[in-house]
Formats: sequence, structure tokens, C-alpha cells
Amino acid sequence: MLAPRPVIDILRRYGMTFILLAMIAALSFMNPRFFSVSNFLTIMRQVAINGALAAGMTMVILTGGIDLSVGGNVALAGCFAAGALQSTGNPWIAIVVALGVGLMIGMVNGFFVSYAKLPPFIVTLATLALARGFTLVYTEGRPILVDSPIFEVIGGGFLAGVPVPVLIVAVVYLIVGFVLNRTKFGRLVYAIGGNEQACRLSGVNVERTKMLVYVWCGLLAGLSSVILSARLLSAQPTAGTGYELDAIAAVILGGTSLSGGEGGVGGTLVGAFIIGVLANGLNLLNVSPFYQDVAKGAVILAAVLMDKAFHSTADAR
Amino acid sequence: MRSNRILSVFLCVLMIGSMFASMASAAAPKIGLAISTLNNPFFVDLRDGALEEAKKAGLGITVADAQNDPNRQLSQVENFIQQGVNIILVNPCDSAAIVSAIKAANRAKIPVITVDRGADGGEVICHIASDNVQGGQMAGEYLAKLIGYKGKVVEIQGIPGASAARDRGKGFNEVMKKYPNIKIVARQEAGFDRAKGMTVMENILQAQPDIDGVFCHNDEMALGALRAIEAAGRLSAIKIVGFDATDDAIKAVKDGKLVATVAQKPRAMGSMAVTVAKRVLDGAKVDAFIPVPLELVAK
Repeated sequence: MLAPRPVIDILRRYGMTFILLAMIAALSFMNPRFFSVSNFLTIMRQVAINGALAAGMTMVILTGGIDLSVGGNVALAGCFAAGALQSTGNPWIAIVVALGVGLMIGMVNGFFVSYAKLPPFIVTLATLALARGFTLVYTEGRPILVDSPIFEVIGGGFLAGVPVPVLIVAVVYLIVGFVLNRTKFGRLVYAIGGNEQACRLSGVNVERTKMLVYVWCGLLAGLSSVILSARLLSAQPTAGTGYELDAIAAVILGGTSLSGGEGGVGGTLVGAFIIGVLANGLNLLNVSPFYQDVAKGAVILAAVLMDKAFHSTADAR
Repeated sequence: MRSNRILSVFLCVLMIGSMFASMASAAAPKIGLAISTLNNPFFVDLRDGALEEAKKAGLGITVADAQNDPNRQLSQVENFIQQGVNIILVNPCDSAAIVSAIKAANRAKIPVITVDRGADGGEVICHIASDNVQGGQMAGEYLAKLIGYKGKVVEIQGIPGASAARDRGKGFNEVMKKYPNIKIVARQEAGFDRAKGMTVMENILQAQPDIDGVFCHNDEMALGALRAIEAAGRLSAIKIVGFDATDDAIKAVKDGKLVATVAQKPRAMGSMAVTVAKRVLDGAKVDAFIPVPLELVAK
């Protein structure tokens, strides 16, 4: 028995959103304290960092690439920014430094991937190690204090009842969504992921587009580092460990294909929320740490399986 | 011919030299102390404690700094064996890489004691390290006292399965069990990481309207939890205890934001190592593990 066509189309398009809503419903049922405005604001604030990283990662993955360096990028950008803040006392300079470091790592990634034609997995694995290494050299393994009212507002402030990090990331998603869907650059990103050879043959500057995609990803990692150190009021030399995997997971959960060309930043946001809601829910339910990873793995696998099932039902029509 | 003569002179010098060396060691037993790195105040204190105790006990001691290079440490231990030290104290750069050095000492019948970091193999007479179980107990007792032996407590754990997390949690929970009016309302893991400590605490704050105390398995997580609790405006109600006494945490204790943290005592560890070495040289039996007490740092 098959459901009517429109229902299946909706399932196909919004499958992950339904899974997220189902998770929220289940968690609210299991712990009433989950379903509260303050908890939702907490989740949104926590998702902000992975959300910003995953937005950049979406662009990279859409071209068929990958960026494993974002976690190291967050650490290096954050520590350099904190160092700049300590020596100049000017938070705006610190923010520019963070964005600049992120941008530079993005440029290095982009250069080696598009112009030196090296595989993105290897290039970004190397820049991840480089960024982590430079961070440890620079900080000598010690956290750096971030003492600035501006950072306090960025990390913990509210504007019209909404946490500032959430507003920042909302703007990021609007911009990235606009760039991907409404600009020539965005269409090229999808086209390159679909068929790079065809793009090149039809005269598209593939190298430049790919380069820019890594620059975007690096820049957003720099932005994430600002949010992270603003939340902690400290820059950690080991910050961002494993963040690349959370970002990639959000992108894939959001329905973007690892081989590129298919997906989008809206789905990524849903993916990031699935990961954030799960972590929050496991804490609220006080699930034993020994079982949490089991739960995480099982939920991610189940979500992807269900999404695939929705797709194949739709395709069968 | 000529080279033979040079060689024999050289050998004579060597023999005479080693005679003097063995005479010297007969006069005062000699300790070789191999340290992972002196580019860390912790190990500098450990060395100072050992030097002080050796001087008091009238023992000779040679210190080698491996600068965190396991390979260099191996040759340093080999040099100790060549010099004919009577006992080797080693603070390994790496628990696995030190094994071949320990086996070399075992073959030369020189007893080995490990300090702070253990070894994965070889014959080690004794391991001397901080007593994390006792540290967890101290943190638990102090927190229990501050909240009046009743109320709701949160435990933020380190990486599941890591020995520091296991031992600190064990000591803490032993104490908590003694007080029936203290309830542990949440036990969650935050990977010894500050950012994770903050998010996990944020989530727990959502779930628990009343919390009186928080114990974190290290200071990084305690400082993260502190940020979450401060942001929620609940610091006046919640007492936080950390572990490790990092610079940031000691500052937070001084500012009255953390109520306490637990410090290791590297100097005591160094002097304990020499005391135990002396007992071994005197032919006494020693325990396989000798814990070094910790110290509570509170305002």
C-alpha cells in the first residue's frame, strides 16, 4: 500500500525534519523539562558553533570535496585572536585576527586542492595537523584568557530575547543560503559537484570556484572560533577537537551527498539540530556516559536509514 | 702496531676509570633519575624534591632530562646502566616506549622504579604516583561539608575508562555514599574538555532546578561548568570543586568562583621516590604501588 503522491513528496523533502520533530516529541515525553523555552534557547546556543562550521562544510561537500581542518582552524584562530586581544586590548582587532586566520587556512586548503590538484582529504588532514601544531607552539599548551565585554556579549548576550550566537549563525545561514541558491557562484558550486569535467569543458573557472569554497569554509571556522572563545571567555589550545566530524555528520544527516552536487544548507541546519538535540537530551535524561556513544551512533544510523527509506519509496513511484 | 698500543692505553684508562667508578659507588650508592621533561614546572619540582631527599639521605644522584623524547630517554637509561648506577628512577616520556629501556636495566640486574607515569612492561619494583582515589575522596568530603552534608550534587566525569576519571570518580563516590542526605542527581561525561564541560553543565542546569554542588574530574571541565553556571545566574547557589590545580583554576579559587581544586604534590613525589629507592637498596620489600598524597586548594 502506497501513500498518495504529495505525502511521499513531503516525506522525501522533509524526512529529516520529521525525524527531528519526532526526537523532540519523544524527549519531551521522557523528560518534561526538555520542552521549555530556556532549554530550546540552550540547544540553539550550543548548535551555533557546529552550525556555522557545517554551513561552510556544506559548500565544500557540495563541490565533492571535504575539509577536515576546521577543528584545528577553530583552535588556531581562537588562540591567535585571544593573543591579539591580550596584546592590543581591542576586541575588534581580535575578531579580525580570528576571521583572518580562518580565511588564510581556507586559502591554503583551496590553493592546494584546486591549483596543486591534491586530494582534499589529504590536504586538509595536513592543514589540520599544522593548525593544531602551531596552536600548541603558540600557546605552549596553556589556555589564554579572553577578557572583553564585547566578547561577553557575543558569547552570552541576548538581542530581543534571542542569544547573540544564534542571531549570528542565523545571519550566516541566510547569507550562505542566498549565495548557494541565488548567485552564479552558487550554481557553479552545485554544477562542479555534479560533473566537474563537464563544467571545465564548458569554460567554467573550476579552480577559482573551488578555491573560494574552501575560503568560505575557513572564514566560517574563524567565526566559530570567535563564538566559542566568547562563550568560554577563554581560548583553548585543544579547542575544536573532533568538530570536523560533527560538522560533516550534520551535512550528511542534512541530506547533502558526499559525492557532491546534491543537497543544501537548509538540510544541514536540521542535521546540526539533530546532533545538538541528541546531546542535550542524553544529558537531560542522565543517560550513563558509557551508553551515550552507543545511543548517538544508533540514532544517526537510524535517521539515515529512515531518510533513505523515504527516498526509495518516492523513487519507486 | 701503533694503533694497538693506543688501544691498550685506552683500555687501561677505561679499566682504571671503572675501578674508581665502582669504588665510588661502593662508598655511596648512586641513583639515576630519568625525567621526561624539565620544561614543565611540575617535573622541575619533582626533581628538586628528589635532589633534596638524596642529599639528606647521603645518596649520589644523577638527573637526565629527556626533553620529552622517548628515544633520548632510552639512551639516557642505557648510559645509567653503563655508569653502573645502583637503582634507576624513571619518569617515562611514554609508557610503551620505555619498556625496552626497563628490560635493559632488568638484564643488568638494576632495580627500576617508575614515577608519575607507569610503564607497559618490563620488571618494575615499584610505581609511585599521585593517589587519585584519595584526591576524589578529599574533594567529596570538602564539597559535602560545604553543602552541610545534604542536597543535590552533580558529577562531571572525564573520558570514560581513563584511569584518572575512574580513580577520581571512585574516591568521590565512596564519600558520597556515606551521606544518605546527599543525592547525586546527574553523572555526565565531558571528556576533560572545557567547552564540553560548559555545554554539558548547561544541559544539566536545564534538567535540574536545584543543584547544591558540582564535582568535576578536572579543572578544565570545572571552569567550563563555571561559565555555564555563571551565565545561568546560579553561582551563588552552586559550589564547584575541580581537580588538578591549574593556574586558571587556582585563580578562580582565589576569586571565590570555584570553592576548591585538588593539587598534586610533585615535590613530595620526588622525595618519596628517593625514600623508596633507599629502602630498596637497603634490601627492604616495597609495595608495587605507592600513592603520593594530594592536597586540597581552597580559599
